[in-house]
Amino acid sequence: MNLALEQVLNGLQFGVMIFLLAAGLTLVFGIMGVINLAHGSIYMLGAYVAAATASKGAPFVVAVAAGAAAAALAGLVVELVVIRRLYLRDHLDQVLATFALILIANDGVSIAWGKTPLNMTMPPALAGAVSLGGLTYPAYRLVLIAAGIAVAVGLYVLIARSRLGMLIRAGATHRETVAALGVDITRLNTIVFTLGALLAGVAGALLAPILAVQVGMGEQILILTFVAIVVGGLGSIRGAFIGALLVGLVDTLGRAYIPVLLKPVARPEIADSLGGGLSAIAIYVLMAVVLVWKPRGLFPAGTR
Amino acid sequence: MLTFARASMAALLMIALAGSSAFAADPPPLKIGMITTLSTAGGYLGEDMRDGFILAMDEEHGKLGGVPIQLQVEDDGLKPASGKQIADKFRIQDKIDVFTGIIYSNVALAVVPGLVESGAFYVSPNSGPSQLAGSKCNKNFFVVSWQNDTPHEATGHYAQYLGIKKMVVVAPNYTTGKDAINGFKRTYHGQIAEEIYTALDQTDYSAELARIRAANADGIFYFLPGGLGINFLKQFTQAGLKKTMKVVLPEFSLESHVVSAVGNDAEELYGTAHWLADLPFPANKKFVADYTRKYHRDPTPYASQGYDTAKLLASALRAVNGDVTKADAFRAALRKADFKSTRGAFKFGPNQYPIQDWYSMKVVRDPKTQKLTIRGVGKILRDTGDVYSSQCKM
Repeated sequence: MNLALEQVLNGLQFGVMIFLLAAGLTLVFGIMGVINLAHGSIYMLGAYVAAATASKGAPFVVAVAAGAAAAALAGLVVELVVIRRLYLRDHLDQVLATFALILIANDGVSIAWGKTPLNMTMPPALAGAVSLGGLTYPAYRLVLIAAGIAVAVGLYVLIARSRLGMLIRAGATHRETVAALGVDITRLNTIVFTLGALLAGVAGALLAPILAVQVGMGEQILILTFVAIVVGGLGSIRGAFIGALLVGLVDTLGRAYIPVLLKPVARPEIADSLGGGLSAIAIYVLMAVVLVWKPRGLFPAGTR
Repeated sequence: MLTFARASMAALLMIALAGSSAFAADPPPLKIGMITTLSTAGGYLGEDMRDGFILAMDEEHGKLGGVPIQLQVEDDGLKPASGKQIADKFRIQDKIDVFTGIIYSNVALAVVPGLVESGAFYVSPNSGPSQLAGSKCNKNFFVVSWQNDTPHEATGHYAQYLGIKKMVVVAPNYTTGKDAINGFKRTYHGQIAEEIYTALDQTDYSAELARIRAANADGIFYFLPGGLGINFLKQFTQAGLKKTMKVVLPEFSLESHVVSAVGNDAEELYGTAHWLADLPFPANKKFVADYTRKYHRDPTPYASQGYDTAKLLASALRAVNGDVTKADAFRAALRKADFKSTRGAFKFGPNQYPIQDWYSMKVVRDPKTQKLTIRGVGKILRDTGDVYSSQCKM
């Protein structure tokens, strides 16, 4: 029972981290119509800046803030210099341009910080494991869950209750109408893109203490993020949240239980490697099932 | 006027060209083709290997064995297809006869057979695949590092020696990962409580860690190279598992980059290696000092392998005076392995893979600098080759 609870917590934590990335990606795609492959690179930048700041002796919170700020700034610059020119181009041009950004970012960080992965020490208060009624769980992962949910709630309030959020929602579904009503859509785009980059940076900075901060870390998580927003429905924050949690849970529980369930039916050496293989494809099976059932994803933009 | 300007430009150019060829009295330098992985998350492995190789060239001011060298380096991006393309270009366009550099076995398997069958020499600084160690061995293929299984066999021995009763083993779900686990199991005879295969692009290991906790083992072995292992170790320590389990690792999961990237989480790690920074041989002392001085970072096994590869090539090039078209003589000279290896005793087995000693190691805190460092503990295997060499008929 404890083990099952632990695995659900693990899935939840992984899911909220994917959400921080998925939120930005889905807004940029939903509102601006841009496929941004470089989103993972901005996440990587957040992690690098946070780790580098922490290694200079800055407190943890300052390091995370620095990572998030650097990511937001990078997002702003990328939007002004590159993305702005891509709105009216087709998706292939966007993929090409943002793929180029990945290559530039990867080489950029290896020039700035070298090819060796960086280390970010976590605050000693959060480094250990806590006991939750018989269940031992890493304290830092609980913090990640809390931080992720706090950001999700904040984002929900922003999108559902504020004027900016109203414009963002309107922009996602009725872009021309919003523009015709005199809203500066270019400025709105810049704000959305920077906000997305900020969230990616927060994710990178928060994950830096438990991951290898290294070149290419953005691409690893980008694929899961895309799966999450496709499952959730493009352009919707709620969809991104549900999609990310589903991906996090299915991936984690798949890795936890598929090999165990296979044990009684297959020989051990086959069960182990087959289980590893099947759990690796579990999220793609999830995506396929959702798309057959709801081709536009669970909560596409424009639905309530 | 314009025609005159053009004509005089052309004339100047001709003179310049003639001049340069007139000065080229020395024979052209020998080209060595280095195909390696410099980008992607595995890029730092290739970088270390290359830098170790170049360090050996520096000692002779750009020569190896007295022969001027032109080292051509290209990045395969960890893609077998790009590795093959580079090899074809080096071989056909640049007419290169001597190759080295590949880090990953999937790239090596795509590149090496074609090269050696065309008559070129390949000296591997890292990858030692089983496929080319047995019946498919080749007289022009040499491995300076190890056969891929041996690091894991050594680690199995050490786990056995440490008296660990029940182990969990973890590796990525691909050929090399499975080879690693099989290698470990070949020499470790305790109980394997759980065998876990992960995805190659995985960053979060919480699900696996919960399974490991439930397995109640007293030790863990994992083959997760580079960043994979760093992620895993950080999360393993945070889960509080290090208090109950001994971590015993092959050198890929425990080298100086890993130690610096995980900080204090590296404490109390055990492992095995064929090379250590504190091995007391004069060649090694010189290598470690020069490497640290030039590159301002601690050397890794990869760096020592690059250096040793260059030293081996130097010994053979000296024997044939740089004329690698004397293939039989060059091959015989390589086979002698007449060089001072950073790891001490070194010779080639019948399949031209190394026969060497393996050491146990432990991460300890340096009493002077308070920095965590890898220290050799003892010798775990002596003059050890690989299990495939008996199938090799040359």
